[in-house]
Amino acid sequence: MKSVAIIGGGVAGLEAAAKLYKMGHAVTVIEKNDQLGGRLNQWHALFPTRKPSGPLLMQLKEQVCEGVNIVVNAHITGIEKNDDGFAIKISNNRLITANVLLLTTGFDIFEAERKEEYGYGIYENVITSVDLEQLFKSGNPILTAQGKTPERVGFIQCVGSRDEKVGNPHCSKVCCITAVKQAIEVREMLPSAEVFLYYMDLRMFGRHFEELYKEAQFKHRIQFIRARLSEAFENPDGTLQIRIEDTLLAKPLKMNLDLLVLMVGIQPQKKDGNLVDMLGLERDSDGFLKPEDQYTAPFKTGMRGLYCAGGITGPKTIEETLIEARAVAAEINGFLSRRKSFIGHEQFVMEL
Amino acid sequence: MIDFGYKIQTDRQIDYDSNDRQILEFVRRGEPSIDWCMSCGTCASACTAAVTTEYSLRRLIILARRGMNREIVESVYRCRFCGKCFNACPRSVNTRNIVYLMQLAATKISNHEI
Repeated sequence: MKSVAIIGGGVAGLEAAAKLYKMGHAVTVIEKNDQLGGRLNQWHALFPTRKPSGPLLMQLKEQVCEGVNIVVNAHITGIEKNDDGFAIKISNNRLITANVLLLTTGFDIFEAERKEEYGYGIYENVITSVDLEQLFKSGNPILTAQGKTPERVGFIQCVGSRDEKVGNPHCSKVCCITAVKQAIEVREMLPSAEVFLYYMDLRMFGRHFEELYKEAQFKHRIQFIRARLSEAFENPDGTLQIRIEDTLLAKPLKMNLDLLVLMVGIQPQKKDGNLVDMLGLERDSDGFLKPEDQYTAPFKTGMRGLYCAGGITGPKTIEETLIEARAVAAEINGFLSRRKSFIGHEQFVMEL
Repeated sequence: MIDFGYKIQTDRQIDYDSNDRQILEFVRRGEPSIDWCMSCGTCASACTAAVTTEYSLRRLIILARRGMNREIVESVYRCRFCGKCFNACPRSVNTRNIVYLMQLAATKISNHEI
């Protein structure tokens, strides 16, 4: 039996683990947190279907609960490559060996404090899209820091995305549709509130995204304003004033908001201990792990037996991440089967 | 008046909170498809009036959304209802009815009827 170690027990890691296990391999999932599920744990509902994320999370966890070896709270201290594969050293002097290593460590969320001009961490009524999703998950009502029901809520796109000054030149891709989803959810929770969404471009690339956008405009009367915020100000009563350029009218616009939601972007993991640097792998121009070839080898890393999938190579939707996980499982299975074939090629030729 | 050599510039910012959106509300009641508009500008590119005047339906709908009623009144009567914009619109917004209702709302506002 050949073995696969998967680092990162999020959407990509869990799906790949289940598929590889079904293909007959010994699979170990190594997760740094105390629970599996990754970023999906933070999320309340999925775009564009608006289905709750709970059942998907449950299914992903259930399909690895039998047969797949799970290691949580694992801090990786070193990875060694040898002729047989990899030796992964984790905290408490434990060692995991595997013929193949799959990296599904995902991404980081942009730290909204870094855009100081938007006031996150300074003004109480500025929150991030992740904060809002967790508020939805908690089931608590949406209130301002002053305990008031907001009458006006604004969503600012591209916070930490398409912003070379913060080192993120790329588009985080999922925030546009996330904002549309969250704006609808806010309108449903606060039917008398006005909801505004400030965008540079609306990138409704996925299946049924455009329909949700139109529903947001027509059914929920969310106002889409093409603009990018330079700075938010706090009024004495804790509400916020924003001044933007209404780029479709080519005029500056000012308005007050009770709550401002920053759509924080997806960025590559660069903090100490990240595996891309630990393994000396190449990064792409935007800092994400660079696959061997974007078209023909999107899951290969340039190191034999080392594969990658999911958010480690760039922002992705859950659908795309699941597809990548299934595809990388098939590719790893092929790689491990080829290794077996060294014994003798003729054993695979069937007698007709 | 003494000429001091300088003058007070008028504020050209859109003051969203002070503006009233009664033209938008009036049009919306009669023609809800105004909310389908995504400001692509296909209507304006098909417009016969736009060739020789500043008229733009794309701009008019945004002006209504921002509550800039004075600017609407200034240009909304330039439309001659040829209907090319309706043929062009990718979201099938009933553009002609929107212009008609905007003109009606503008007239009602001038007559202090709304």
